[in-house]
Amino acid sequence: MQTIRPASSLPDAQGKFGRFGGKFVPEILIPAVSELEQAYEEARSDAGFQTELRELLREYAGRPNPLTHAERLSEHAGGAQIYLKREDLNHTGAHKINNVLGQLLLAKRMGKKRIIAETGAGQHGVATATVAARFGMECIVYMGEEDTVRQRLNVFRMQLLGARVVPVTTGSRTLKDAVNEAIRDWVTNVETTFYCIGSVVGPHPYPMIVRDFQKIIGEETRQQFLERHGRLPEAVVACVGGGSNAMGMFYPFLEDEDVQLFGVEAGGRGPQPGEHAATLSAGEPGILHGALSYLIQTGDGQIGEVHSVSAGLDYPGVGPEHAWLKETGRVEYTSVNDAEALEGMKLLSRTEGIIPALESAHAVYFAAKLAGRMAGEQAVVICLSGRGDKDMETVAALLAGEGEHD
Amino acid sequence: MTELRSLLQKKIQSGEKLLSIYLTAGFPDAEATLPLLQALAEGGADFIELGVPFSDPLADGPVIQAASTQALAAGMSVEKALQLCDRFTGEHELPVLLMGYANPFMKFGWQRLAEQAQQARVAGMIIPDLPPEESETVQETLRAAGISLVFLASPNTSEARIRLIDRLCDAFVYAVSVTGVTGARDSLPAQTTEFLQRLRSLTEHPVLVGFGVSSAATARSLVAHADGVIIGSSVIELIRTAPGLDAACERVHAFVREIKTAIS
Repeated sequence: MQTIRPASSLPDAQGKFGRFGGKFVPEILIPAVSELEQAYEEARSDAGFQTELRELLREYAGRPNPLTHAERLSEHAGGAQIYLKREDLNHTGAHKINNVLGQLLLAKRMGKKRIIAETGAGQHGVATATVAARFGMECIVYMGEEDTVRQRLNVFRMQLLGARVVPVTTGSRTLKDAVNEAIRDWVTNVETTFYCIGSVVGPHPYPMIVRDFQKIIGEETRQQFLERHGRLPEAVVACVGGGSNAMGMFYPFLEDEDVQLFGVEAGGRGPQPGEHAATLSAGEPGILHGALSYLIQTGDGQIGEVHSVSAGLDYPGVGPEHAWLKETGRVEYTSVNDAEALEGMKLLSRTEGIIPALESAHAVYFAAKLAGRMAGEQAVVICLSGRGDKDMETVAALLAGEGEHD
Repeated sequence: MTELRSLLQKKIQSGEKLLSIYLTAGFPDAEATLPLLQALAEGGADFIELGVPFSDPLADGPVIQAASTQALAAGMSVEKALQLCDRFTGEHELPVLLMGYANPFMKFGWQRLAEQAQQARVAGMIIPDLPPEESETVQETLRAAGISLVFLASPNTSEARIRLIDRLCDAFVYAVSVTGVTGARDSLPAQTTEFLQRLRSLTEHPVLVGFGVSSAATARSLVAHADGVIIGSSVIELIRTAPGLDAACERVHAFVREIKTAIS
């Protein structure tokens, strides 16, 4: 069911999605975001750039990845048929590589050889270190000190790939502080440095660029489903931290009004302040990291503490396009707590032999519940944004705490 | 012409070079702020930038970050900073500007902020993450309350943007000396002079230069190309390392006097 395309025309010339987005950055960064905007506009319409990117996605990242019918999970859910978009099968084990290949190809085109990135769970850091190695670029990754402990294997992977990992010891020592530190580096080394941001956040044009490099997820899914079934799925589900896998999955479906879209945030340990990272469900509009979007904040406008069992969702902000999609009602945002996410991880592991990342496990749990309420001839697609290897230490500790040994 | 602008103008026309000092409100605690402001005034500061702390100050270096964290832990907020400002300006002629990041102000409410800031005799505001393209309605709201919104220009700012900033300016242009975050530096690059000359050729408004200014010698060399200097991190560092509030007040008083003498 095609309609006029209102969604794909955004952001507007000011980088806004409705009232969200924009360029709330210090003056020093204005030339950098303008330069990036111009370089991206040129690259977007350059057939050579697009061909090179497509080839890298195919030959290096391993795209297209499959849309797997999860038969036993569907049977367990007892309703709609569930399908998994297998971003976990990409090189480096998550959807992050789609965006990094695009951005570093852009950096190469702009003549920038020093790459900086922030990382939470480490997946974006690993993807950036990987592609920087592939392109022969210098790579510095800022990572909250707490996350370097939670995800020490990823720290080692980045170092093995030749990147320098800088532990960030300010603030809450997690993802938001890593973003602050990356921005401070960028402000200082703006002439030589390309900031490879990992999600659909930050000042314009980043939310647009990252979405465009991730929309291949939804484009492939749409085409694969259509080819197999001659129609579209009834529902699509993705987890939302900053929101890049969700934005990439949802974007090509925005005008398909009969496809329901669900974004699943981190409900953490509960609805109390500081215990979750459900920004769209429990936050309110505010300005962080260069954009106006939803935020977890205190009554005084300070950025609030957040928690999630998954380091990748542990972020007090969210991409501005999600804020807009929430306000327009096109996407329904909900949350799944830590225990339910663990349940989702076990469920997919035991029914399908696929261990999801804790982030993706939030989407799995919600989708299984959703499918149970739907009819057998209907279909739900889950964006399986990453694989769970990185989470084994965290999960082992949590399950040991539950006294589970089977 | 706003009140701040005419005050600055008067001093500049009499041949004075201006000294503005940044102080984080509530650092090291709320009780320290008024005595410290008093010391800055008596030392010879021409105006004050009272910092409203934010949890995520991404344009600031380690010194102001740490001061902000400490001030927040001691309970500082937009409302309390306004109260401090009100008490200080009730007893002193010195203009006070509020400096802080956009989110706490937005959360407080721009209209409410303008009203309460006017009551507290706030002369102007500096909001580093609110560049001209995002500040139109904010500037209108503040201007209606007689408060100037000050814009920053940095060495990589294009001529076209300097002209835009010049057009929007109603008090002074805040020149960022180097591309980087706030914090004391031993010396400033030669490009700083070039930038200040370029900036002054494009605007008639007063130009004050900040970021990285730490010594009397640097301040003196900068005022050859600017109407004044802004110092923050060095003052915060003096306060942080002082053994107590009295010592902190004595130190900042002496430091301000030294700088003001050097640029006179």
